[in-house]
Amino acid sequence: MTVHKSLPHDSGPLHVTGAARYVDDIPVPAKCLHLAFGLSTVARGSVTSMDLGAVRAAPGVVAVLEASDLPFANDVSPSAHDEPLLSTGRVNYVGQPLFVVAATSHLAARKAVRAARITYAEEPPVLTVDEALAANSRFEDGPRIWTKGDVDAALAKASNRLSGRIEIGGQEHFYLEGQAALVLPQENGDMVVHSSTQHPTEIQHKVAEAIGKPMHAVRVETRRMGGGFGGKESQGNALACACAIVARATGRPAKMRYDRDDDMVITGKRHDFRIDYDVGFDETGRVSAVDFVQATRGGWAQDLTLPVADRAMLHSDNAYLLPAARITSHRLRTNTQSATAFRGFGGPQGVVGIERVMDHIAAHLGLDPVEVRRVNYYQPMAGATWEDGGSAPRPAASPRDISGTKAGRGLAFGAAHSPASHRPVANTTPYGMEVKDFVLHAMSARLLGSAGYAARREAVAAWNAANPVLKRGLGFSPVKFGISFTLTHLNQAGALVHVYQDGSIHLNHGGTEMGQGLFQKVAQVAAARFGLDTDAVRITATDTAKVPNTSATAASSGSDLNGMAVRVACDMIRDRMSVCLAEKFALRPEDVVFDAGEVRAGDHSMSFAEAAMACYQSRVSLSATGFYKTPDLSWDRIAGQGRPFFYFAHGCALTEVVVDTLTGENRILRADILHDAGASLNPALDIGQVEGAYVQGAGWLTTEELVWDDKGRLRTHAPSTYKIPACSDRPEVFNVALWDGENPEATIYRSKAVGEPPFMLGISAFLALSDACASCGSAYPDLQAPATAEAVLAAIGRARG
Amino acid sequence: MTKLIMTVNGKKVSRDVPDETLLSEFLRESLRLTGTHVGCDTTQCGACVVHVNGTAVKSCSVLAVSLNGESVTTIEGLADGGQLHPMQKAFNDNHGLQCGFCTPGMIMASVDLVAKAKAAGRKLSEDDIRHGLEGNICRCTGYHNIVKAVAQAASEM
Repeated sequence: MTVHKSLPHDSGPLHVTGAARYVDDIPVPAKCLHLAFGLSTVARGSVTSMDLGAVRAAPGVVAVLEASDLPFANDVSPSAHDEPLLSTGRVNYVGQPLFVVAATSHLAARKAVRAARITYAEEPPVLTVDEALAANSRFEDGPRIWTKGDVDAALAKASNRLSGRIEIGGQEHFYLEGQAALVLPQENGDMVVHSSTQHPTEIQHKVAEAIGKPMHAVRVETRRMGGGFGGKESQGNALACACAIVARATGRPAKMRYDRDDDMVITGKRHDFRIDYDVGFDETGRVSAVDFVQATRGGWAQDLTLPVADRAMLHSDNAYLLPAARITSHRLRTNTQSATAFRGFGGPQGVVGIERVMDHIAAHLGLDPVEVRRVNYYQPMAGATWEDGGSAPRPAASPRDISGTKAGRGLAFGAAHSPASHRPVANTTPYGMEVKDFVLHAMSARLLGSAGYAARREAVAAWNAANPVLKRGLGFSPVKFGISFTLTHLNQAGALVHVYQDGSIHLNHGGTEMGQGLFQKVAQVAAARFGLDTDAVRITATDTAKVPNTSATAASSGSDLNGMAVRVACDMIRDRMSVCLAEKFALRPEDVVFDAGEVRAGDHSMSFAEAAMACYQSRVSLSATGFYKTPDLSWDRIAGQGRPFFYFAHGCALTEVVVDTLTGENRILRADILHDAGASLNPALDIGQVEGAYVQGAGWLTTEELVWDDKGRLRTHAPSTYKIPACSDRPEVFNVALWDGENPEATIYRSKAVGEPPFMLGISAFLALSDACASCGSAYPDLQAPATAEAVLAAIGRARG
Repeated sequence: MTKLIMTVNGKKVSRDVPDETLLSEFLRESLRLTGTHVGCDTTQCGACVVHVNGTAVKSCSVLAVSLNGESVTTIEGLADGGQLHPMQKAFNDNHGLQCGFCTPGMIMASVDLVAKAKAAGRKLSEDDIRHGLEGNICRCTGYHNIVKAVAQAASEM
């Protein structure tokens, strides 16, 4: 079987030779135009005059378009139709596109936009959380509030109570390949679009509206992205639409790629959050109630802010059973870039909130932070108690059918299991979903054992007692992450599989490749269904003409959804082949076996290619579409009740840091990670996701700081001022392993989604810094994120009192 | 316009280019060698690293005409015919890549790092590799497998 194997990335040989093509590498026809946007230089106000005469006269300029020149929809919003491609007079942030230039070269277009003479009537911008709250500048009528139990009564009764606040900064995606699109005009006004996007169907939809055509007139192709991380879920719309409009107006191909500074100034980033908490707990640290108030800056347009803020609420419990909880969420409209999807999609911010609470409780009670987390964990599923974690790895459970949605459900969890536990409360989240697959007790025990936590905790204490300047800290954090789109209808996927008469296979599905290895994992599924090696399978570019109505490759769902759809398509073809060959040899279809590159029908054995040819000559269709939708989801986002997730993915991390208490500078010394990818489709690719996610998550909470000035100008608009983790920033010792369990739910080969969950393991680095700061004094350091050297120094000062 | 004569991947090329043409632009647009990527436009990310006379250079911030008569090697010129360079093979085998956009620059920088150490008679430590690649950003891998790949190739080069 080709699944559960550590095969290299399918594009590896192309990447190491420079042969892999990204959008900007595709050869373009003659007379291709290159586009650049002219950008607003004020954060809020209106344009009083826009003189583009010098722009039009600049060398190489072929066309200049303003909002009034747009023939059809002036809208690139993925949600609320509140985001015009070009401003119609109002400006809402520094960097908003006002006009677009098409010129004979990239440089000519960029030079020409600078010749514009624009005047504005400036208004005071709404920039901060406090300003937005004061102005009641928000995206819904009021805050969204979800409640479980009687929070006020439980807080009033609690023997201990703490409150506090944490500011959590945003994050620039810094996909290495910037946003890019290329549009090739076709006969009849149709368009072929190459876009660096996680969401080809969305590009198709917006381009069709922009050129006044049905979606069938637009074909979008995406072979790969040079990184996405959520930043290419909606942010590519503007480039593709602008190119299509120019192509329509001029009849010439049009290409646009943002220069890096433009990319950072124009596009949205991770939502920053401010979280206030009020928590009640007992002497052991067990939480009885928590009251969270989350406030996030969504920027100027709605984009994906509502589901992002929802997911932050959905993860404000993380791994902890909260008997009573209230989560209030303010989604604020500010005069900054429209914040957008970013790996974790609000989940990480919600998790940081409750992890801060756990950290604060442990510090307050003088308890080990690991112990405080353990007493608050959800109750474990069978075979996943703390004691189970200390033992040697268990043999993998017997394989169960992966296809049925019923098989496996109930079996694993049917037995009433509770680890001699204390709590009579139901094992439900604040949004009423029962947690039935919780494995973090056993995972935590295993990780803390293999990482030598107890001994290192003592060693760190001894080090800190002996060293006045360099202080060490340890941080442990678990993650429980819900898998599924919370907008339920997005949980669907399609696939198209052809078997050619020579036995080679053409594979297509709705997912996009951004480096995560999705194509390889799905090809492994296809190869396994036919009993072949992955060499037999050609993975082809995502194409809206092959698989329609796709969802974004997002929410970590790529392999879950598309893997299943491909499996369905392959099985359809395989079943037809079985019927054909069974007839030929007077057997039953179930006697036809596809294995090890061969097809065996009773005593007859043939190569897969021979079988394909035989079926072709018997006039059997060797092409099929597959479709999959995630079962058993129901979710009411207004009430905050239901089962929004098919299952949970888990992980835990222990990080050790050292801090220079004179400067606040710090370093990650060691990270140990155990992550739950179910029965991994490809352990090497999944471990790669975990490693990359950890470093990206740690970067978010440590060095990556976005700074806007009081005029709303982003001052960190290049990697020279925005510090992305470099090779020397990764942990000196980095031990990553996968948990050896399998998904109790009937996912593709019992694997689990892996893109986003490990991002939150980086939180352990932040907690380790907090721990190191705490060792400097007796007060709680109240570390804020990102924990830059300055923030660490300030926290040390607070710890010292 | 300047007449530019350069040896690129062992072949002599001659083009009339505007003086402001960047080396990365010349390689990508004029020669269609698109394996050299432009990530940040400002020498921060390292996706555009090529070799000029055997030394790693960030091609997004070098004027092409300043290298008249010089020899340039890009990622496309690293393999010896069909035989991958040990560094290329190591990146593939060690899963030292995900989206692949940083990979060509990362490989070119790594080859230079190893070659320089060898020339100086030094054995590269893991720490040397980590610090030697500070000028190349990877946003996907967390660098772990990149360091492994470079260490493996260093033992084979």
